[in-house]
Amino acid sequence: MSYLDKSALKVVGTRPVRPDGVEKVIGRANFGADMVMPGMLWGKVLRSPHAHARIRSINTARAAALPGVRAVITADDFPPIASEEAFVGEGPMNFRDLSYNCIARGKVLYDGHAVAAVAATSPAIAEEALDLIAVDYEVLPHVIDVEDAMKADAPVLHDDLFTQGVDPKPTKPSNIAKRIGFNKGDIATGWKEAEVTIERRYTTQPVHQGYIEPHACVVAVGADGQCTIWSSSQGQFMVRAYCAKLLGVDIANIRAMPAEIGGGFGGKTLIYLEPLAMALSRKSGRPVKIVMNREEVFRGTGPAAGSVIEVKLGAKKDGRLVAAELLLKYQAGAFPGSPVGPGCMCAFAMYDIPHVSIVGYDVVSNRPKVAAYRAPGAPNSSFGVESCMDELARQMNIDPLHLREINAAKDGTKAAHGPTWSNIGYLETVQAAQANAHLSHKLGSNQGRGVASGFWFNIGGESSAACHINEDGTATVVEGCPDIGGSRASMAMMAAEVLGIPYERVRPIVADTASVGFSFLTGGSRVTFATGMAVTQAAEKVVVELKKRAAMIWDISPDAVDWKDGKAYPAGPNAGSFEPLSLQEIALKAGRTGGPISAEVTINAQGAGAGWATHICDVEVDSETGRVKILRYTAIQDVGRAIHPSYVEGQIQGGVTQGIGWALNEEYIYDKDGRLENPGFLDYRVPVASDLPMIDAVMLEIPNPRHPFGAKGVGEVPIVPPMAAVANAIFDATGIRMRDLPMSPPKLRAALDAEAPPPRLAAE
Amino acid sequence: MSKHHVTTTINGEPVEYLCEAQQTMLDVLRDELNLTGSKEGCGSGDCGACTVIVDGNIVCSCLMLGVEAEGKTITTVEGIAEGDKLHPVQQKFLEHAALQCGFCTPGFIVAAKALLDENKNPTEEETRYWLAGNLCRCTGYDKIIRAVLDAAALMRGEAGAV
Ligand code: FES
Ligand code: FES
Repeated sequence: MSYLDKSALKVVGTRPVRPDGVEKVIGRANFGADMVMPGMLWGKVLRSPHAHARIRSINTARAAALPGVRAVITADDFPPIASEEAFVGEGPMNFRDLSYNCIARGKVLYDGHAVAAVAATSPAIAEEALDLIAVDYEVLPHVIDVEDAMKADAPVLHDDLFTQGVDPKPTKPSNIAKRIGFNKGDIATGWKEAEVTIERRYTTQPVHQGYIEPHACVVAVGADGQCTIWSSSQGQFMVRAYCAKLLGVDIANIRAMPAEIGGGFGGKTLIYLEPLAMALSRKSGRPVKIVMNREEVFRGTGPAAGSVIEVKLGAKKDGRLVAAELLLKYQAGAFPGSPVGPGCMCAFAMYDIPHVSIVGYDVVSNRPKVAAYRAPGAPNSSFGVESCMDELARQMNIDPLHLREINAAKDGTKAAHGPTWSNIGYLETVQAAQANAHLSHKLGSNQGRGVASGFWFNIGGESSAACHINEDGTATVVEGCPDIGGSRASMAMMAAEVLGIPYERVRPIVADTASVGFSFLTGGSRVTFATGMAVTQAAEKVVVELKKRAAMIWDISPDAVDWKDGKAYPAGPNAGSFEPLSLQEIALKAGRTGGPISAEVTINAQGAGAGWATHICDVEVDSETGRVKILRYTAIQDVGRAIHPSYVEGQIQGGVTQGIGWALNEEYIYDKDGRLENPGFLDYRVPVASDLPMIDAVMLEIPNPRHPFGAKGVGEVPIVPPMAAVANAIFDATGIRMRDLPMSPPKLRAALDAEAPPPRLAAE
Repeated sequence: MSKHHVTTTINGEPVEYLCEAQQTMLDVLRDELNLTGSKEGCGSGDCGACTVIVDGNIVCSCLMLGVEAEGKTITTVEGIAEGDKLHPVQQKFLEHAALQCGFCTPGFIVAAKALLDENKNPTEEETRYWLAGNLCRCTGYDKIIRAVLDAAALMRGEAGAV
């Protein structure tokens, strides 16, 4: 069934209080670190102080002998694992690399790489034991910068890494894991047709997802090998699959319980601590809890890739783009797997360009392995392309929004990476920006306005859900995707809409891996789309059953029963004349009409609708300090259908804010020895409340016909445009083009000092 | 290590506990007293997730020692509601969807309550600066600020200010 007609909806589109809200405002919700178990030990992780070193030996004897220490582990406690690609996380993951990332084997590859772990009866004893572990390192030359890592004479991280995607296969290992390319049309023809060209280079720094909750888990392994994992992650099924593989146990022997998750943004789509706690628990026979501190989070997890972006655009005199070329170099961290693929694909997705050539490199260096971060890969390449679009617009004296308007991809446009678009709302976001009241605000001196657009695929995938009708006519909805930003509310709303009962009578839960069918993790902006589809179908199956029960009570055919507003009605006069039966009445009689009423649905959801966004940002630049103040921000997005509009706005506002942090302040700073110098929130500065204005989230509802309610994913694309929107606004304010992120006060101040600002463009 | 005996008042109740000299108030709350509503986001005073009210002032409990609670009066997030009656700040956080993951929420609730105890009619800017020590990575602060301003209006007896 389809519920695309918004005017017929009673629940979807309203803004009820989330079902898990009260426990979160009174401090009762249980996050990863809140779990305790009887007899629990405390685990701590020893981390490498070197960026790159060979481990000659590890002596754990003194640590193990410390009173209170119950287990010490190293890589020797894990089975060696062959190279094998896995697809349970967000993007491909090599099991061997994941194991090696969780605990170093033979070599440490970055400052903060885990080397050993201990479990003891108190955190203080565990900490003391770490100091007693003696690791003999042979320090090796290291490389941090992506372009340095690509050089022929760079220190090589992996002896068995040969660049994929080049012909012939290289004879020597290098740090370049992969070269990928996308082509459309014929780029040489494009350059011949171009009347105006522009070529620029941009760089971005790695940034951390910055979830406020550090990674945490409690793991208990019994003598029979049965294992319970309680942890904060973006997917309990992902945790189960990875732990089973890394420890060499059967999946059926692991039960993974989803704790409440204190933010993830992609950074909790893989595991760090769970396998260590599992090995410690197995060795000690006791439950083991490990909680990272903030320094460990910065040194050992995430971040998003840093990158070099080289863009070349060619246009006709009227502004129509005819050629676009892109070269991307993405940092993967210590193991292959940067999101350079999506970076390539998203860069020009907004535009209809006949001739396109894109090349991307995935490059390893001595940094922590990158993890997904909100639209992984897209913010980097889009910063380059959307800055370059602005430079082109100003060079040609065309309004930047108009330049986007005349080049916008529409239904039927073929993207450079293959698909032909349908039901897309990109042009609508540009037109909504042109009509937005934001543009009528006058700018003062040192103030400027920038615009930028963005694209993200959004995904579907495997989801399971159950809908149980309780004896009193209430409903329980069971799903398998951690609720990271209010998705329980959306699930309950969709079920309530289908069942025709009030939202308050539906209770949603996120179940553990033994209590609901397999569900892919919370990521890719997929939950409202895919799990929402499963929930809707489960509720629809329940409605079919409810009609059958009513038919039985009335002794008529189920086809002769209608379901409306939570009640069964005879379908027309021929069906007979009966008083309507409410869901509650049918539920009360369920025992006598065939037993409990419930349905479970498992799907592999296809047809996710892409996310499109156009943002407008106003800034004021303090010419003395180089500080940029965000004055006004409007984010316009094609959201498909906003199931719970407040949480859709929240995704947009949160993504924008992370993008502003990425633009202005956030970066990893390494010293010459490859040690991270700013592993804390004091020196790694994320935006705070006083840095920001209100963020105006404008939701355009262009429904996705492949979802029963028209939902598209909403969580990721909001982080794509902000970096360029801010940079373009800074240019507008100062005449200075900042091509290297972050545009932090010292950097902007230096640029201001170096250049006398040119006069403003006539069009501005 | 011998432990220290501490007598204090937490959420209106007399409390006694033993703690080690180096244990933070946050550790004591979470690990000794099972008050896990206060969260640890950094342990260094930079995120505000551990915010509590000590004798009327907001304090990062990760920067306070457990032994320093002697003779003090402490309010944690668990003590903000009165029984099952939510504080207006809590109510408005729910109505405005001012939480996504909810991990920063306890710290914001405590800090915002302290703000409204002190200032019945804060401006948006005052609210933003007061809460600048509390990090939220999910919401972009927009709905948090609206919720606090709306709670202030509710407490002043005005309806629907934001
Ligand atoms: S945990 Fe205390 S301020 Fe972050
Ligand atoms: S709601 Fe997640 S950190 Fe604030």
